Amino acid sequence: MIGLSHYLTVSAILFVLGVLGIAINRKNVIIILMSIELILLAVNINFVAFSAFQRDLSGQVFAMFVLTVAAAEAAIGLAILVIYFRNRGTIAVDDVPMLKG
Amino acid sequence: MRRGGRTRRAPFRTAPSDLKTLVTAVFAFYLFAGIVLLSGAATILSKNPVHSVLWLILAFFNAAGLFILLGAEFLAMLLVIVYVGAVAVLFLFVVMMLDIDFAALRAGFVKALPVGLLLAVVLVSELLLVAGGSVRVVAGEAAAPLDGFVGMTNTQALGSVLYTKYLFVFQASGIVLLTAMVGAIVLTHRQRAGTKRQDVGAQVARTPASSISNVKPVSGEGVSL
Repeated sequence: MIGLSHYLTVSAILFVLGVLGIAINRKNVIIILMSIELILLAVNINFVAFSAFQRDLSGQVFAMFVLTVAAAEAAIGLAILVIYFRNRGTIAVDDVPMLKG
Repeated sequence: MRRGGRTRRAPFRTAPSDLKTLVTAVFAFYLFAGIVLLSGAATILSKNPVHSVLWLILAFFNAAGLFILLGAEFLAMLLVIVYVGAVAVLFLFVVMMLDIDFAALRAGFVKALPVGLLLAVVLVSELLLVAGGSVRVVAGEAAAPLDGFVGMTNTQALGSVLYTKYLFVFQASGIVLLTAMVGAIVLTHRQRAGTKRQDVGAQVARTPASSISNVKPVSGEGVSL
């Protein structure tokens, strides 16, 4: 039978995939943003699984707010990416610390 | 708040004794979970960012399947509509709009791989320790209606708390979205030099005296405008 642990395991592996994606794609901001989306998806799976197994609807409501914030974050992140590309002509982020004085 | 006012009961999942339903549920879980994890891995590993976005879309679809297995139909539909319909298409749009040499961006990949893998192994073992060991699973079918919401569909139950108990949080999330929208527009909007724009002040300040002229054209020579 599929229990809470199964969902938590899927969520944990998905979370780690997101973190790994940030770690190994250090230069590509688009992949980093997608990795953040994967992390938030893992968090949402956790929320919904706990909500279903604890018989409490609050988890699903909170997952909806996480979804909202994730959409806002994606919009702002991509906007920043577009103007960064417009100014620099590249999206490699390993020279972003050059913004320091 | 009106709860359980309807006589029609939401469809319960069949009892666990029904072997066929059980096997179907288990099979569906492993199918969705496997595809979510594989496409998540493909998202971070594929060389072409367009392929990454497409894998991400597949991951979201199958996560929506997991949500349906958990009884959260509304969130599943929200995931498909908001993520696949809006966010993933936005990603695809940006990836295709920016003209980027993606081969150069892969240069540091091999160098960062050992550290990243070490990080991943440590993190996944910790998380699995928590998920497998100390969490007590509450007995009961996951997809059955929640306590206090018997007779409601998932969407009705969410709506009945969202506009009452969580009203202010709901409004706050609206403000978050408004801020993101204004921010994205302000960040990416730019004035181009040399484009013709409407100047409302100049239009209002225009008078008949400045816009009408009286001319006497000479016969046979036409008029100059």
